[in-house]
Amino acid sequence: MSKKTYYNAEDLNKFGNISEFSPELGKKFFDYYGEVFKEGELTEREKALIALAVSHTVQCPYCIDAYTSGSLEKGATEGQMMEAVHIAAAIRGGASLVHGVQMMNKTKELLM
Amino acid sequence: MTSATLKRRQHLLSYATKQLDFLNQPKENGEQFTSFESKLNETGLDPLKPTKIDTFQINVGYMCNLTCGHCHVDAGPDRKEIMTRETMQECIDSIKDTDISTVDLTGGAPEMNPDFRWFVEELSKIDKKVIVRSNLTIILANPKYNDLPEFFAKHKVEVVCSMPHFTRLRTDSQRGDGVFDKSITALKMLNEEGYGKEGTGLMLHLVHNPSGAFMPASQESLQKEFKKKLFDTFGIVFNDLFAITNLPISRYLDYLINSGNYENYMQKLIDSYNPDAAANVMCRNTISISWDGYLYDCDFNQMLEMKLKDENLQHIRNFDLEALEAREILVDQHCYGCTAGSGSSCGGATS
Ligand code: SF4
Ligand code: SF4
Repeated sequence: MSKKTYYNAEDLNKFGNISEFSPELGKKFFDYYGEVFKEGELTEREKALIALAVSHTVQCPYCIDAYTSGSLEKGATEGQMMEAVHIAAAIRGGASLVHGVQMMNKTKELLM
Repeated sequence: MTSATLKRRQHLLSYATKQLDFLNQPKENGEQFTSFESKLNETGLDPLKPTKIDTFQINVGYMCNLTCGHCHVDAGPDRKEIMTRETMQECIDSIKDTDISTVDLTGGAPEMNPDFRWFVEELSKIDKKVIVRSNLTIILANPKYNDLPEFFAKHKVEVVCSMPHFTRLRTDSQRGDGVFDKSITALKMLNEEGYGKEGTGLMLHLVHNPSGAFMPASQESLQKEFKKKLFDTFGIVFNDLFAITNLPISRYLDYLINSGNYENYMQKLIDSYNPDAAANVMCRNTISISWDGYLYDCDFNQMLEMKLKDENLQHIRNFDLEALEAREILVDQHCYGCTAGSGSSCGGATS
């Protein structure tokens, strides 16, 4: 078994194996997962792009791999995919910056 | 993009047997990919048999003005295999008095065969529906081809043309620089002849195939998007969009191997095996004829030189429809490309 890195690209294909140690919960999760990504009020492509953005937020290499392919397979363009990543970046950046207000409040409280 | 074909470069993958050997090799970890035949068997389709032969797909030659990166024919300007008028005549004689309704002309660029127009004229005389698979750019490649849209319209030829994507980047990365712009011009010329327009009866279909190592998106949603984008930006109209999966053979196989995507792509096709698509594979209603008059189950098997099992049926001069309909179709690992997801054929999705 390779011990070179904690993350192995091949492990993505083994995601399904998580059911091995807990079949019932595994099944519940994958059934749910499958339902979530089905075309609904959002299209399959919109869902793939959201998943891509979230993957960048949680910084999961498996998810980024899966939803890069997934977005392409749902017909997304490079431009759409990068815009999705920028959404993730904007929310992350914004999440830091909006706390600037808290910093300002505290500063004002402390300063004369 | 290289401009020489695999054959010209004497590349290993220009040999059919080497491709088949490769497709049947174990993975890097030593495991074997599930065999296509065993999948068919699980779904009760082994041996695969024709339903009814309705279409003659004739490959009139491997010469092409382009050298697309994904080409399963390994076509290009340096290919010299060209169907003669005698072989075309044999095809006409074979199907004239049969129920075979459609003749689907492919290549290479079929228009480059010097007898192409003669062939189309003769086929329309015997009342067969004629489809031409055009790469569009050929129409602009030389002044002698500029009137092709008019010629197609005159003979009510159905035009099925390659247009992998509505963005320049994706189209040119697969087919070569400048192909997108030329294709747009050619589509406008076809529209001017009435192609793709309601009420003209002149059918214009586009073929989308992924520019990379992934499966096509849903044909329905792509069609909607292509229609909107091509109309809004260029005023172009067309009838249907066919979404086609790239099969792992020839130059596309070379691309998969070189880009390190081969195993994942193959596994993806296998995991996406769809029994409904398997029941509707195009080899069940189509026969493929090569430039030199040999018969194959499909254009892919032709490129893999998988001649029909029964030696007496192998050539058009021994054409026997009944016997052909009773034959066993030869399958191998590349067939997974036809049965993955929504399925794939020369007419797009199959399920
Ligand atoms: S894919 Fe079509 S247009 Fe491109 S090289 Fe092959 S035959 Fe020619
Ligand atoms: S590759 Fe040819 S023989 Fe195989 S399933 Fe597809 S059409 Fe049939």
